[in-house]
Amino acid sequence: MGLTVNIKKKLGDFQLDVSFETGEGVLGLLGASGCGKSMTLKCIAGIVKPDAGRIVLHDRVLFDADAGICVPPQKRGVGYLFQDYALFPNMTVFQNILCGARDKDKAADYIARFDLIGKEKLYPAQLSGGQKQRVALARMLAAEPEVILLDEPFTALDNFLKARMERELMNVLEGFHGPAVFVSHDRNESYRLTDTIAVMENGAIVDISEKHALFRAPRTLAATLLTGCKNVTRLERLADGSYQATDWGIRLQAPVDDMQENATGAKPVYRYAGFRAHFLMPETQGVTATIGTAVEQKQLTDAGSCNRLTCEVLREVEDTFSVVIQFYQKGLNERTEYSLLTYETGKEDWERMKAQCAGRDIVLQIPPDALIWMES
Amino acid sequence: MDWYPLWNSLRIAGISCVIVFFLGIFFAYYAAKLPRWIKGILDVVLTLPLVLPPTVCGYVLLMLFGVKRPLGIFLAQFGVKFVMTWYGGVLTAAVVAFPLMYRTARGAFESFDDNLSHAGQTLGLSDAYIFWRIRMPACKQGILAGTVLAFARALGEYGATSMLIGYTPGRTATISTTVYQLWRTNDEAGAFTWVMVNLAISTVVLLAVNMLERKQ
Repeated sequence: MGLTVNIKKKLGDFQLDVSFETGEGVLGLLGASGCGKSMTLKCIAGIVKPDAGRIVLHDRVLFDADAGICVPPQKRGVGYLFQDYALFPNMTVFQNILCGARDKDKAADYIARFDLIGKEKLYPAQLSGGQKQRVALARMLAAEPEVILLDEPFTALDNFLKARMERELMNVLEGFHGPAVFVSHDRNESYRLTDTIAVMENGAIVDISEKHALFRAPRTLAATLLTGCKNVTRLERLADGSYQATDWGIRLQAPVDDMQENATGAKPVYRYAGFRAHFLMPETQGVTATIGTAVEQKQLTDAGSCNRLTCEVLREVEDTFSVVIQFYQKGLNERTEYSLLTYETGKEDWERMKAQCAGRDIVLQIPPDALIWMES
Repeated sequence: MDWYPLWNSLRIAGISCVIVFFLGIFFAYYAAKLPRWIKGILDVVLTLPLVLPPTVCGYVLLMLFGVKRPLGIFLAQFGVKFVMTWYGGVLTAAVVAFPLMYRTARGAFESFDDNLSHAGQTLGLSDAYIFWRIRMPACKQGILAGTVLAFARALGEYGATSMLIGYTPGRTATISTTVYQLWRTNDEAGAFTWVMVNLAISTVVLLAVNMLERKQ
C-alpha cells in the first residue's frame, strides 16, 4: 500500500529521473526551483506524461510505459493543491467546492468543515489568501482523493499568514489517511510539515531519509546545502590521517568512521565537509570554551590544532534575535566561493566574546560532532 | 425604399460571425497545442486574409469557387454555387473576418492559466466541461472582443464580396456594395441613407458590448 513512483522524463536539456516509495504520512520534496519537484507532482497527477517508468497507487497502476497504461487525471484519485490554488474565478465558493464534491449536501458539509459558512456566494477574487486556501483544500478533499499532492502552497504569502495557514494544513494532513507529497524549496517549512524528506537536484533525488536524520547528517553536498548548512568545503586527505579543508584553509580531524569498512563493505572517502552556522564554539584566551558539555570540551582538546578557525571578520550582520558574523580564516590567500564562513550567535554572547579577546584574534572551534561529512 | 441590403447584410454578417466564432475558437485552441514550427506556418496561413487586400482575397476565392474551376464544378453537382449568390457573401465575409476571431481568441487562450484546467482534471471534471465552463468563461473578454470585431468586419466587407457575388439588387446587394453603387450612379441621398443605417448598426453593436462588459 502507498505510492510508488519510478519515472523518467526528458524535456529539452532537462532530464527528470525520480524514484521513491511512500506510505501513509507526508513525504517532502525539497529542492531549488527548477529541480523537477513540480514536474514530479504533475507526472503523478497525470497532467504530464513521463517517457518511461511506472506509477502505482495502492496496487492500482496509474502509469506503466511498458504496458502502455496511462490513466487519465480524472480517474487517478489524486488531489492536487496548486501554488496559487487554481480556484475557478468564474465560480462561487460553493460552485468551486461542488466541482469536487458533486453533491450539494456534501459540498455544504465541506463548507461547514472549512469554516466557510457565509462565504458560499463569494467569488475567489473576493476572498482573502487564507480563505482561498481553505476553499482549495475543501474542494480537493471533497473529491475524496487517495493521495494528496501539495505544490508549494505558501510561496507567495507573508510570514504571519504563512504560519496560520501552515497550521490549517497540518490539521488537514493529520486527518488525512493516505500518502501525501509536499513540495517546497523552504527547508523549515518542509521540516515542520513532513515526516520524510527527499532532496532533489537537477531532476534526481540525491538523498532521502527520515527528516531528523536528514538534517542531522545529510549524505550529499546538495542535501547539506538545501538543509540550510551555510559552511561547506572541499576536502583533501592528508598523510597523517587528517583532512585539509581546502576552501577554509584549516585542517580537520578525521571522523571516527574514516577509512573504516561500513555495513556495505565499502570504505568511505570523504570529499566534502560542512557545519551549521550556530554550532561553533568560541575559544577565548587559550582557555577552553565556556559553552558546551564536558564531552564536547574533551573532544575539542583531543582535536588539538585541528578544527580551529582564527577569525578575520568581514562584517557583522545583526538579525532580529541574533548576530551573524561573516569571516575568513586569517591568512587564507586563495579565497573561493566557499571560503566565507558564517557564525551565528546571540548578540550578548558575541559582545562578551569580543570584550574578552580585547584586540587579540577571536578563535572559534568546530566540535567534531558538529561536522557533517559527505562522500559526494 | 428597398430594405433588402439591410436584411442581406445582417444575415451575411450574422451567419459568417457564427461560423467564424466556432472555427476561430477551434483553431485557436488546437494551434496552442501544436509544435512550434507547425504553429508558425498555420499562423501565417490563417492570418493572411487580414493583411491581404480584400480584392486579392476575392480573386483567390474566384479562382477556387468560380463556376469553371474544379471546386466550383464539383460543388455545382450538389447545387451549391458561391458566385453571384448571397451565401457567397457569407463565404467572403467569413474568410476575411476569420483572422480577427482567431488571433484574439488565441491571445485569450494563451493568457489562460493552465493550472485551472489541470485542477479541473484532478477533480474529475470532463475535458468538455472544463473547456466550456472554465476555459471559455475565463477567456470571455477576449472571445467577446474577437466576435465583435469579426461581426463588424463581416458587416463592412466590400472588396472580396463585390468580386465574388457582385451587386444584384434584391439578390446579392449588401449595405456596403449598395453605398458604392448608389454613389456611382449619382444617387447621393440614397448613399447617405445607407451610410446612416450602417453607422446606426455599428453604434448599437458597440453600445451593446460596452453594456455587457459593465455588467460583469
